[in-house]
Amino acid sequence: MTTATHVQPGVRELVTFRVGDQDFCIDIMMVREIRGWSPATILPHAPKYVLGVINLRGSVVPIVDLSARLGLGPSVPDDRHVIVIAVIGTQATGFLVSAVADIIAVDASEVQPTPDVTSEATRNFIEGVIVTRERMLRVLDIQTVLPKVAETAEAS
Amino acid sequence: MSIRVLAIDDSRTIREMLRHTLTEGGFEVHVAEDGIDGIEKLPGIAPDVVITDINMPRMDGFGVIDTIRAAAEYAGLPILVLTTESAQDLKDRARRSGATGWIVKPFDDAKLIGTIRRITVA
Amino acid sequence: MSTANDIRQTFFQECDELLEALDDGLSEIDDGIADATFSIDTVNAVFRAVHSIKGGAAAFGLDALVHFAHQFETVLDAMRSGQLQATEEGMKICHRAADHLNDLVAAGRENRELDAGSGPDIAARLAGLVAMPESAPAPTPPVSGEGGFGFAPLSLDLGAITQDSGQTTFVIAFRPHRALYASGNDTALILRELDEMGVLTVEVATEGLPDFDAIEAGEAYLSWTLRLVTEESEGAVRDVFEFVEGMCDLQIEAVADAPAGAEIPLPAAPETPVAAPVGAPPAPPPAPAQSRDKPAEAEGPKATVRVNLDLVDRLINMVGELVINQAVLTQCVKDAGLLDRGDLSTSLAEFRNLARDIQESVMAIRAQSVKPLFQRMARIVREAAELSGKETEFVTEGEATEVDKTIIERLVDPLTHMIRNAVDHGLESPQDRLAAGKPATGRVTLSAAHRSGRVLIEVSDDGAGINRPKVFQIAVEKGLIPPESQLKDAEIDNLLFMPGFSTASQVSNLSGRGVGMDVVRSAIQKLGGRVSIQSQRGKGTTMSISLPLTLAVLDGMVVDVAGQTMVVPITAIVETLRPKPEDIHALGADNLVVSVRNKLVPVIDLGVVFGHRGAPASISDMVVLLVESDSHTSWALAVDQIFDQRQVVIKGLESNYGHVPGVAAATILGDGNIALIIDPEETAHRSGAAIDPGELALLDEV
Repeated sequence: MTTATHVQPGVRELVTFRVGDQDFCIDIMMVREIRGWSPATILPHAPKYVLGVINLRGSVVPIVDLSARLGLGPSVPDDRHVIVIAVIGTQATGFLVSAVADIIAVDASEVQPTPDVTSEATRNFIEGVIVTRERMLRVLDIQTVLPKVAETAEAS
Repeated sequence: MSIRVLAIDDSRTIREMLRHTLTEGGFEVHVAEDGIDGIEKLPGIAPDVVITDINMPRMDGFGVIDTIRAAAEYAGLPILVLTTESAQDLKDRARRSGATGWIVKPFDDAKLIGTIRRITVA
Repeated sequence: MSTANDIRQTFFQECDELLEALDDGLSEIDDGIADATFSIDTVNAVFRAVHSIKGGAAAFGLDALVHFAHQFETVLDAMRSGQLQATEEGMKICHRAADHLNDLVAAGRENRELDAGSGPDIAARLAGLVAMPESAPAPTPPVSGEGGFGFAPLSLDLGAITQDSGQTTFVIAFRPHRALYASGNDTALILRELDEMGVLTVEVATEGLPDFDAIEAGEAYLSWTLRLVTEESEGAVRDVFEFVEGMCDLQIEAVADAPAGAEIPLPAAPETPVAAPVGAPPAPPPAPAQSRDKPAEAEGPKATVRVNLDLVDRLINMVGELVINQAVLTQCVKDAGLLDRGDLSTSLAEFRNLARDIQESVMAIRAQSVKPLFQRMARIVREAAELSGKETEFVTEGEATEVDKTIIERLVDPLTHMIRNAVDHGLESPQDRLAAGKPATGRVTLSAAHRSGRVLIEVSDDGAGINRPKVFQIAVEKGLIPPESQLKDAEIDNLLFMPGFSTASQVSNLSGRGVGMDVVRSAIQKLGGRVSIQSQRGKGTTMSISLPLTLAVLDGMVVDVAGQTMVVPITAIVETLRPKPEDIHALGADNLVVSVRNKLVPVIDLGVVFGHRGAPASISDMVVLLVESDSHTSWALAVDQIFDQRQVVIKGLESNYGHVPGVAAATILGDGNIALIIDPEETAHRSGAAIDPGELALLDEV
């Protein structure tokens, strides 16, 4: 990712995408790549929103159904779905989303606190919102949507 | 918990010897290649005792001692100086610089281990 | 960790580098000598090179090298301090000296004396540069002893007044200054050391202590009057204060008569293991650890390169990719129906063999001998023997056996525990041994060997063997087994591995620390290994660890589990079978057992365990993999079909996800998809079919 070189201080570049009928975004610095959906190998005893693992050039990467994770109902993945591979620290995780829209640059000051109207289910996963004329973008707090392995190991 | 030792010496041979002898002696051994390397590794290792050579590139042993003694968080950290000479003036210099004690090279295994045990809370 | 011989090799490798640096440095000085543009750093570097050679040489008793390096160093020291001007003539001598140093290093490497040759001449000319006596002795006492680090002679000072008992009483007045604490010395440690030398009584004077509010951190307020009754000399007592001389007021006096003062036991003596009776002769040192292996033959140093371990690991990963890629390619060719083309399939086979060979060669880079590990264990035996008062002979076998570096590193903790256990629990006390007609000295043997593609490491003792009635009783008391259980000997032995078996009452403070054998077993299992135990009453106990040679690949059976492809490690599989319907029996509401040669084995439907299907399938349509745990418990893993048997590259799940119950790792198949590698034992335990030995006994009677 060399896109940061021309970015002004205080300006964040965000990748926006749709989950269900809502718009979300994450910092572009976290996105390693975006790829089409391919079937994943099922992980036993995993939380329901973990679709399985895929082979990403030799590493084993888990795929999270973001819609299910955010409490917006499980997806039925098909060819139109897209996987956003994000790297947090050294950990790579893929997120299944409905579609990727675009990359936008916003000033950090444009990110507002999450309004109360947002549903309780998703509010915990959002660090703020960006309101434009036509839509409201939810800035995803990626740490919170990572699969919690230990707590759900016995869930099944 | 075994005693954690940070051994700083620019000679690979001496580092290997210290690592060998001290590991055998039940210590947890970390090494650094010169004073700067040692000081940089210090916070990550948080050793119970530092052993340092005097003659080293970039930062010598006295520099190591000065730096450690100037940092409040390392107050009381035992530092042993490795000297080739057993001459009294070198010992005096080590002592004046704030070292806890010294070891004369070539060191005798039992004495080295005994010296570290002497100055560390096991 | 390296051995003395390894370090000797390191020394000569380093000498080569230092000699090169010396040459470079001298040439740099040459170039800058006319206009004095060479840097003082260069002179320093040149000095350090010679100094480092001298330091290492002293440790290996290379006297001639030490001696000459010292003379050379003196000249360079004068040069760097500015006492000696670098001249063209002087530099010529330095170059000659560097050459001679080179010869001396070469001679030392080959364990031969160097002919005098031009040596004395060069030494004399060096001496001429700084006007030093040519025969100045090297200040470091040469240490004799090939390869070892030697022991400096210890002078014994017996000048003090000795009592009849051979003991002396010293009265020590000791008042530390602030500088003592600032230098990292600690009064408590000095007192601890004195306390270990004999009987110490301590009086603290607190007059100097200000009001609490006025106490300043780092300030020294207290003074001590110490009375020490010891067999040690005054010199030895003074040595305790060696580092704090000048940083305290100190008076040490040997007194003729020792009035028995109030005995104040010192609190600061955590290291004193047992309260030895006063005046008792020092306990005999535990028998030295012996190695039955022949000492390493004096082999010439092998040519080596030093490589960053990350590079090796990257290479291993890439080779892993290559092996996967080869499998993918083969699959593609097969799918395209081209496999029957002779030239293509021959090339593919060659490709596969090459990939394997490369993989094996790369793995070999990571392999290390277990010798350093074993040497570390010798230390553990000595300590354990000392603490438990059991004379112990330590025997090692197969020290040259090579295993993956990571496996060696991760063996340290479990092996330490097993060794401690062997000394502490395995061996009897010397009295009991003599009473049993055995030699008083017990023996602990640590061996390593390659066996059918794995590494077998065994810890055995010639002690009393497992006290099975006691183990059984403890297990009952802990509620691990019902009291009426009928267990075979091996089953009782395996109770030791059960979580919750080890407790304070069973484990002495030596091997204890709340760690049980179950932790040892799980540590070994994490390495893809198995632990088993054999014991014979009165004869001893052997614990065996079987380990893979590497953590990077394993031989797997590729199976179909309700439509999901999974891999079962072949090492776990005893046999595969297709059970006849009459061999399958129901046990209770939803448990099945299959009879295999008159033994009833619980059936685990992997599809159900991993949630790939809701209801159990009909076992009679399935294939059963008979797996055996380290504790000789058997399970029958039911799978839908067997696809293939092949070596697979292990890919961790932990780094991007976490541990999945019943799954050891993942791998990438020929089609690029991921398959999970099953951990059979964990799977069995989780499935609920893992039956405790008591239940197994019942099964046997069905």
